[in-house]
Amino acid sequence: MSASRPVLSVTDLHVGIGRQPIVRGVSLAVHREATLGIVGESGSGKSMTVLAATGLLDAPGAVVSGSSALVSEGDPVELIGASPRALRSVHGGRIGFVFQDPGTSLNPLLRLERQITESLEAHRRPTRREAYARALELLDAVGLPDPEAKLGAYPHQLSGGQRQRVMIAIALACDPELLIADEPTTSLDVTTQAQIIDLVRDLQRDFGTAVVWISHDLGVIGQVADDVTVLHDGTAVEQATVLDVFERPQQPYTRQLLEARPLVGENGPSAIADDAGTLLEVVGLDVRFPVTTPVGPSTVHAVKALSFQIRRGATLGLVGESGSGKSTVAAALTGLVRADAGRAVLDGTDVFTVRRSGGRRAEKALRRRIGLVLQDPFSSLNPRIPVAASIGEPLVVHGLADGRAARRARIDELLDLVGLEPSFASRYPHELSGGQRQRVSIARALALEPELLILDESTASLDVSVQATVLELLADLQYRFGLTYLFIGHDLAVIQRVSHDVLVMRAGEAVEYRPAAELFAAPEDEYTRALLAAVPPARPRDAV
Amino acid sequence: MTDRVLDGGRVGSWRLLAGNPVTVVSAVALTAVLVVALTAHWIAPYGINEVDVPNALRGPSGAHWFGTDELGRDVLSRVLVAVQASMRVALVSVVFAVVVGVTTGVVAGYRGGWVDTVFMRVVDVMFAFPVLLLALAIVAVLGPGVTTTMLAIGIVYTPIFARVARASTLGVTVEPYVQLSRAMGTGSPYILARHVLPNVAGPLLVQTSLSLAFAILSEAALSFLGLGIQPPEPSLGRMIFDSQGFVTLAWWMAVFPGAAIFVVVLAFNLLGDGLRDVLDPRQRTMLEARRKQ
Amino acid sequence: MTLPAFVSHPVVRFLARRVGYSLVVLIGVLVVVFALVALVPGDPVRIALGTRYTPEAYEALRAASGLDRPLFVQFFSYAGSAMTGDLGVSFRNGEPVAQILLDRLPATVSLAAFGIVVACAIALPAGIWSALHEGRLSDAIVRITSQFGLSIPDFWMGILLIALFSTTLGWLPTSGYRPLFGDPVGWLQHLVLPGLVVGFVAAAILTRYVRSAVLEVADMGYVRTARSKGLPPRVVTFRHTVRNALVPILTVTGIQLATILGGVIVVEVVFAWPGLGRLVYNSVAARDYPVIQGAVLLMAVGFLVINLLVDLLYAVVDPRIRLS
Repeated sequence: MSASRPVLSVTDLHVGIGRQPIVRGVSLAVHREATLGIVGESGSGKSMTVLAATGLLDAPGAVVSGSSALVSEGDPVELIGASPRALRSVHGGRIGFVFQDPGTSLNPLLRLERQITESLEAHRRPTRREAYARALELLDAVGLPDPEAKLGAYPHQLSGGQRQRVMIAIALACDPELLIADEPTTSLDVTTQAQIIDLVRDLQRDFGTAVVWISHDLGVIGQVADDVTVLHDGTAVEQATVLDVFERPQQPYTRQLLEARPLVGENGPSAIADDAGTLLEVVGLDVRFPVTTPVGPSTVHAVKALSFQIRRGATLGLVGESGSGKSTVAAALTGLVRADAGRAVLDGTDVFTVRRSGGRRAEKALRRRIGLVLQDPFSSLNPRIPVAASIGEPLVVHGLADGRAARRARIDELLDLVGLEPSFASRYPHELSGGQRQRVSIARALALEPELLILDESTASLDVSVQATVLELLADLQYRFGLTYLFIGHDLAVIQRVSHDVLVMRAGEAVEYRPAAELFAAPEDEYTRALLAAVPPARPRDAV
Repeated sequence: MTDRVLDGGRVGSWRLLAGNPVTVVSAVALTAVLVVALTAHWIAPYGINEVDVPNALRGPSGAHWFGTDELGRDVLSRVLVAVQASMRVALVSVVFAVVVGVTTGVVAGYRGGWVDTVFMRVVDVMFAFPVLLLALAIVAVLGPGVTTTMLAIGIVYTPIFARVARASTLGVTVEPYVQLSRAMGTGSPYILARHVLPNVAGPLLVQTSLSLAFAILSEAALSFLGLGIQPPEPSLGRMIFDSQGFVTLAWWMAVFPGAAIFVVVLAFNLLGDGLRDVLDPRQRTMLEARRKQ
Repeated sequence: MTLPAFVSHPVVRFLARRVGYSLVVLIGVLVVVFALVALVPGDPVRIALGTRYTPEAYEALRAASGLDRPLFVQFFSYAGSAMTGDLGVSFRNGEPVAQILLDRLPATVSLAAFGIVVACAIALPAGIWSALHEGRLSDAIVRITSQFGLSIPDFWMGILLIALFSTTLGWLPTSGYRPLFGDPVGWLQHLVLPGLVVGFVAAAILTRYVRSAVLEVADMGYVRTARSKGLPPRVVTFRHTVRNALVPILTVTGIQLATILGGVIVVEVVFAWPGLGRLVYNSVAARDYPVIQGAVLLMAVGFLVINLLVDLLYAVVDPRIRLS
């Protein structure tokens, strides 16, 4: 336990919306120069706890009780129930905030300098020169190149990582004692995430700020936190130092979370025979597509002369950060986007030729052979039709089950395959959880009885424990039925768990393409090494 | 007053709809109006052209609830029949606009490409003309009367339905579940019927209610200008026009027809608003529809 | 020949696209306007002459209007002359249509300008206030009131206002128009009632859009960031919420202004206002097709021009376009 004095002390915090309790009696403490990591899955109440504790909660019908006191300087300031004026002097002045989405957290119409200096104006009375100097100093401190030019820039001219740095600069403008970071790196690429984590650590060391870091990602928490609070369903399930939580977890929920994490270095999928043969061969895939910007149309060269193979019954893991073109590969293979050049041969069938000139029947038959599961469980199912109709659509379209009874039987079979009870058939998507919806999407793809199943970031939107169960399901299905997968993702640990071969993409090109075991043991390309290095390690950093 | 939209199935929607008092009240009011519209000729106490000069310009009384006009005709009876006529015009024109506009919009939104561009340019051209002006011009060309009024209003309101249908269709076709259907080989008819139309119905219903409101206003304006429903058929607009010379003498001649228009239009508007709160989850403003060119 | 540098400037490119698009629509407008007369059942010349028909007058008017040539030729000739400002001559009195329109323009412009000012003066504060108090009683009041404004027939409102303020109370004149430069006080006096009618209806529509725009912006992340900086509520509201909402509001106001131009017809008739709207009405009654054509064309072109100006403003104000 950090020995320094507490900065924020929260006791028995309760938050409810209307009659629904969200946070049930949470107590925690944040210490000077230390980081408190708050970890929990979606619905655990982690954001709401912190927002309520700092007096920033603005939900209609919210009821907050308990105590949250800023105790570092002079008399303790009670934040719960404080007057709006008192809270305004604390917000920005003594507590700085960094939120998740840098894309919408900055005002698109204001220059960056203004967005920093207005914080200064609210709490101090700087002259224009002082404000400018301070803004420059801050942008430099957060590592933005060419800070002077950046001051006059607008948010849309910066990348996501740069915008997040600006957010940090704004949060620290008035030298607050406490910095609240709510999922600050969740929307960023893994390499950028690593940079931001380092940045915050350095700033904390230089300015002695206390930090509360909220995340659903245990790996990140392990890297940044000194003390950890694990939240589940509104209660603080376990609270200890980071080492204790990771190495000696006391509570079953904590252990469950730790075990559910995919980790680099763990076992991969079960091996397959060497003579499996190739199911899909792609040569020279090239895709460009037009985009309309407000200023006019232009083209994006999404995939550049890509070649790879997928062995029968195996999984090819396709890894890349956002903008790498990995999803475009999936779109080209499934025919949602037209390939400009290249060949794809699926077990003897030339995919693109059939699409171009094969005739409707051949094209339809081809579509049956490739299944697709996408990322977002919520928009992958038509909200207005029941689960059975969604799963049954491929059966109807391809005539795979004759008559209602046969269809119904097959749907029940498929539900069973993905671990859902028959009663789910008549439910509507909004009655299902995210993990359950993804299972339905998988069932629908399996209904086609495809030869190749493409999974495009299919577990990226799921909670860690749910992701683990879905990955297990996929592994099980592959083992039982010899399914072939193209698994697309950005999380290297997940990729390692499922893939036999790995293809790393960057800016539309293949960077490295090797069997998984080799790639993870000894990555050849610098980019691959950077990606691996950026993955939060299994064990937390050593305590200072 | 604004109900939070639930990401819900059909069951949730109905309950929300019923829970919003304004929507319920306007629905009830509209039902009453509909009843009146259907039974106008039977429930009217007097004939619409029953001239009774000795009793001209009498104020509201037991015998004449809405008073009498300059020829002694009962204002209430005329209003009732005029409401029927207005509703008929509004309904026919809006049905026309819906059929033509929705088909155009859905096809344009679903097909995309040059079909979309061509259809939408045509719609844009129609939007360049102010509503009443275009209706006037059409009526001028084809001659005044009920049928041309219906046609004119129908034509003038088609573009808005095309836009709404197209915007909704576009919104649906980019959803992953439609992409997935296409990827697995589902044909367009199935996608349109099962995925697109049910999700497009909501905004369209909202727009229908709103367009009915405006259609009634347009018909009233055209009749006021003498180009819509022709005498001896009573029309609310014409009645207001005729009342101009007598307003200070006989306020009831102007007030009741106008109030009738007001009540019916308000009811349609409120109903449309209530429906929008429930059925149009994204509550797209017209701006988005316009910007999506 | 190399093009000057500014041609590739994002604002110029943006505007070039919008102008190009407007031209396409303009052609469509010309086609429709031309078609209006081409579709008249019967012979427009004969109809226009009505009781003044004589074979000589018929031939003369027909030749003068160029109606003896094939349709295609007529269209291009019409389009061509329209571009140069020649819109033909009135069937009624033989005067050049362009001149007639120009004479009536100031009256309509005064009315439209007054109306949009009134509309903004009501709609902006009301819409913003209503959005900031979403769900509360004040919001409900504004919403219901704007619904009322939307549902009132404008001619009815005009007649009632005249009855109240002019006939009964005698505060304001019942009808007519005074030019601004000749008689500013009279101009205003005559403008008040019709302007208020136009303004109230436009205000009702505009309020709803303003409210929507502000609500959308209020949900954005940067508003939460602004609050988290501890900024005074007024700053959060104006510098962040309202200012960002002004961009879409500006677009809608432009559309509204353009719409008003067409909506003044009825108000002009009620108030005997000598503007374009009343001109159209009289021309319709007299089957004066060239004037109808000219007026419709003018209003449609006005709509396109206003939209272009709004786009220009948008390009200048929004840094995302200015600095792509």
